[in-house]
Amino acid sequence: MPPIDELFDETFASPGVDWWVLVPQIILVGAALGLLLAASLAPRALPAWASTIVATATGAAAAITAAIQWADWGSAPRATLKGAFVSDGFSLLITVLVGAGVVMTALVAHSALGRYAMAPPEFAALLLASAAGAVVMAGANDLIVLFLGLESLSIALYVLIALAGRRASARESAMKYFVLGAFSSAFFLYGIALVYGATGGTNLSGISEFLFGTVRDNDYLLLVGVALLLVGLGFKIAAVPFHFWVPDVYEGAPSPVTGYLASIAKTAGFAALARVLYVAVAQQSDAWAPIVIGLAFATLAVGAVMAICQNDVKRMLAFSSISHAGFVLVGLAAIDPDIVDGLWANFAGSVGAAADLGDGVSGAVFYLVVYSFMALGSFAVLSAVVGSSTDPDDGTSRHDLSRYSGLARRRPVLALAFAVLLLAQAGVPLTAGFVAKFEVIRAAVGEGIYVLAAVAMVTAVVSAFAYLRVVLAMYAPEGASAVEDDAPTARVSRPRWGNLPLTTVLAIALAVAVTLVVGVLPQTLLEWSADAALSIFP
Amino acid sequence: MGSLLGASGATDFPLLNALIFVPAVGALIVALLPRSRPDLARPVGALFAGIGGALALATAWQFDTAAAADAESVGEGFQFVSQQSWIPDLGISWHVGVDGISLWLVVLTSVIVPIVLAGVDPHHDPKPYTAWMLLLQAGSVGAFVALDLFLFFVMFEVVLVPMYLLIAGWGYEGRRYAATKFFIYTMAGSALLLVAIVATAVLGSPESGITFDLVTLAEGQGLTTNAARLCFVAFAIAFLVKVPVVPLHTWLPDAHTEAPTAGSVVLAAVLLKLGAYGLLRFGLYLFPEASDWAAPVLVTVGVVGVIWGAITAAMQRDLKRLVAYSSVAHMGFIVLGIFAFTAEAIGGGVIQMVNHGISTGALFLLVGMLYERRRTRRIDELAGIQSAAPVYAGVFTLIMLSSIGVPGLNGFVGEFLILIGSFETRRWWTVIAATGVILAALYLLWAYQRVFHGPPAAADRQTADLRKGELATLAPFVIAAVALGVYPKPLLTATEPAAKCLVMHVTVHGSGEPSDPADPVLVFDRCEVRDGNGSAGDSIGDRVDDTAGDNH
Repeated sequence: MPPIDELFDETFASPGVDWWVLVPQIILVGAALGLLLAASLAPRALPAWASTIVATATGAAAAITAAIQWADWGSAPRATLKGAFVSDGFSLLITVLVGAGVVMTALVAHSALGRYAMAPPEFAALLLASAAGAVVMAGANDLIVLFLGLESLSIALYVLIALAGRRASARESAMKYFVLGAFSSAFFLYGIALVYGATGGTNLSGISEFLFGTVRDNDYLLLVGVALLLVGLGFKIAAVPFHFWVPDVYEGAPSPVTGYLASIAKTAGFAALARVLYVAVAQQSDAWAPIVIGLAFATLAVGAVMAICQNDVKRMLAFSSISHAGFVLVGLAAIDPDIVDGLWANFAGSVGAAADLGDGVSGAVFYLVVYSFMALGSFAVLSAVVGSSTDPDDGTSRHDLSRYSGLARRRPVLALAFAVLLLAQAGVPLTAGFVAKFEVIRAAVGEGIYVLAAVAMVTAVVSAFAYLRVVLAMYAPEGASAVEDDAPTARVSRPRWGNLPLTTVLAIALAVAVTLVVGVLPQTLLEWSADAALSIFP
Repeated sequence: MGSLLGASGATDFPLLNALIFVPAVGALIVALLPRSRPDLARPVGALFAGIGGALALATAWQFDTAAAADAESVGEGFQFVSQQSWIPDLGISWHVGVDGISLWLVVLTSVIVPIVLAGVDPHHDPKPYTAWMLLLQAGSVGAFVALDLFLFFVMFEVVLVPMYLLIAGWGYEGRRYAATKFFIYTMAGSALLLVAIVATAVLGSPESGITFDLVTLAEGQGLTTNAARLCFVAFAIAFLVKVPVVPLHTWLPDAHTEAPTAGSVVLAAVLLKLGAYGLLRFGLYLFPEASDWAAPVLVTVGVVGVIWGAITAAMQRDLKRLVAYSSVAHMGFIVLGIFAFTAEAIGGGVIQMVNHGISTGALFLLVGMLYERRRTRRIDELAGIQSAAPVYAGVFTLIMLSSIGVPGLNGFVGEFLILIGSFETRRWWTVIAATGVILAALYLLWAYQRVFHGPPAAADRQTADLRKGELATLAPFVIAAVALGVYPKPLLTATEPAAKCLVMHVTVHGSGEPSDPADPVLVFDRCEVRDGNGSAGDSIGDRVDDTAGDNH
């Protein structure tokens, strides 16, 4: 008869938890819950600045923790919770990005909370909860955990948009996002079920081991399951044809939330997609790579073409974010056949990995980081322009192009910042947007997907036209003649920053700084994303 | 001179980097000037641009022509080379250098920007205007000296933004349309260029690892024939849009006409050259076999440009548009010269690039000055200006004659070299192109006759003559036009060895089957003539001088 302790161990074996791995998530969730608790216990409403400080500090803390973990452990994966969650270079880089996104969103939202009548503590708590979901998605090594992360992210976002519910457009936006989000979650769940049926597991590494280790008659069930997973995540990353919710939801949501939606929510979706495709079903890359290439074609083309038709700057940015998703898909589509060979070799017992294996994923990660800052910055500018606008609400859309007309004269610095962010999105060199496009194109060319690379660059030119319209409106407003000598406005003293809130200025400055610094000196970020990409290959 | 320099002609001072960074820093400083003193912007900007110009002249002065003549390959011909690691993971470095092909284009760029900055009034918002002009200078010089494909692409694209904003912000009525068209055309051209650059590096890099270094890739010739041809097509499209050739030229008349005067000058003098320069440096040098393969098409396109540009120019009612179309014709000559693959034609092409910059730049300045006085550029609204503004008419005549290519003025040298060089390999194309010279005389003289002769109306009689400041702005152009027409040797001695090496490169790596009687190899040999001291051969120069003398 063994001692009672041992018996207990055998029958009730709880998975070992490496708490240190989970610190970023714990910080995010803990702060969210603490904030809610404090807000409900406090005798009076918490001031807005308190929630903003908490959200900013928490986002920064999560990012810094992840950075420390990465510096400490390197990129090698550390699995915990019985391999359901993994912390590697990839998830840590995404965590840093999510933390930065939370900081910027909280800063931009600070001045907008009043305008949208959103309760500050609730806003901050939901933001942090959704960020926790995004971080879980980036590190999930199990389809169930992935689903948990997806739902925490999405549900927090539904409410985040609905917080501005005094506006009909925000209510509509939240409702649309909720219905389509729930719809896509259902697809995703069904996909999980089918993949489980085909492979007997939900652990991503386990699925991979099963696929490499067994001989099967056919993979129909698995492929249908993977297709459904692609549909579910396709909604999150807004790949065409799963993009129909994007323009309306982006337009109706408050601008700071839209920025978050376009950057962090999308990044989390892509992180999950990369892990599912490259970790779980890399063995089936012959089947899914053509689908991803097709999605990339459609996403690039539709995003770019629709963007140039928009007269509303916010809708234009919504469509352009679709086009950017197409570029990330180009990176993911460029899977090196050596990866699969290397996996075969790994499961056969020999080890061999070359450094250039992860070019595609590395390009995608680089693109996501850069694009996130550009999107957050751009929507911050939108928020600043509307927030400082004294125009009466005359029924034209709040972000109509005409509101940006002559912005360079009224607010030269803000206009310049917006111009930099827009030109970066267009892919003009010496901005980060160019290096990002370059990286993705390099990966595609390296894998011989020339047509996709060429199409991607052509759509970049098409969307450049959309960005140029805004730049043109700011710098050369229609109607004003250029030849009039010494236009009187030149000497009128204008407010340099005017009534722009400092928090928004900070966020925009951060975005512009990252865009320019990475544009000129991309080496460090390139190394990081290459490290991160290599770390997800088992 | 040679004794002061090292064997490679390089000094310790990083001249080329300074040429890029002085204007760039100047742009930053101008942007940070206090808003209360907009009058400071142009002097400060002109100062920084002028320092760049002085440094460029110093570069030309220190350029070791003897070393250039001794170079045995294009790669050895680069001087003032400076290379710093930039993105080591991708084999991208900050690699700059000049040879005889880029040297005078760098000088042209660096000298013309300070002149127009000092001489042309933007009328409003001088601060951003000056900053953009300085960035334009930095970017253009950067593109001319870049020896790394990535660096070149960065500079090539960066130039777009200031030019776009200059047209959009300081242009005339149709500026919004013209600016967008300019940006989209060029960007569409270079979209495929980026893919081709990546493909060239990925497929053509040596075993040791990926590199974007021009010299390594070009001397290594690691691409298969088909890959090289495809990449060449992408490169050529990007550059042909910029040159521009018919039928990719339609952005040019709009952009030139709607741009502010200074913008038109820089556009014509510098930005068009980026296209032609790109064809030489990145077309011929990187893809010699593909260039040879595509030459018949490109030569045809060039000749069509000569004729089409001339005929369209003759039909224009707007004086500025006429000058713009004359650029299409002139650039057509250059394309013909480049793809004739003889040292004379290529050298002539480079010289024609510089001279076109001088004469067309000056023409745009002159048209701009006329517009300032009359608020119109329509030829039928102007008449008899000559009697009211004799000095203006005189300067216009001289520059016009230089643009036509009258012997004794600068325009003649390049055109003549292109024609004799091309005649050896592309006889019938050259015969047709030669009629372009006559057509140039036709459209320019006809326009001159209508604008400057005839009975002046009341408004024409009151047209003021050139002021001292305007005369000072034009003086460098006039001096250069006369000086380089009479004594083109400085241009030729630097350009000739580089052109020779490039022809040899194309001959060695090309198909080796010249299409017409004169074998490029023989042509090359003939250029090899040196004088006793072993300094640069001057066979081309002698021929031009002789012929110029005959014609007088």
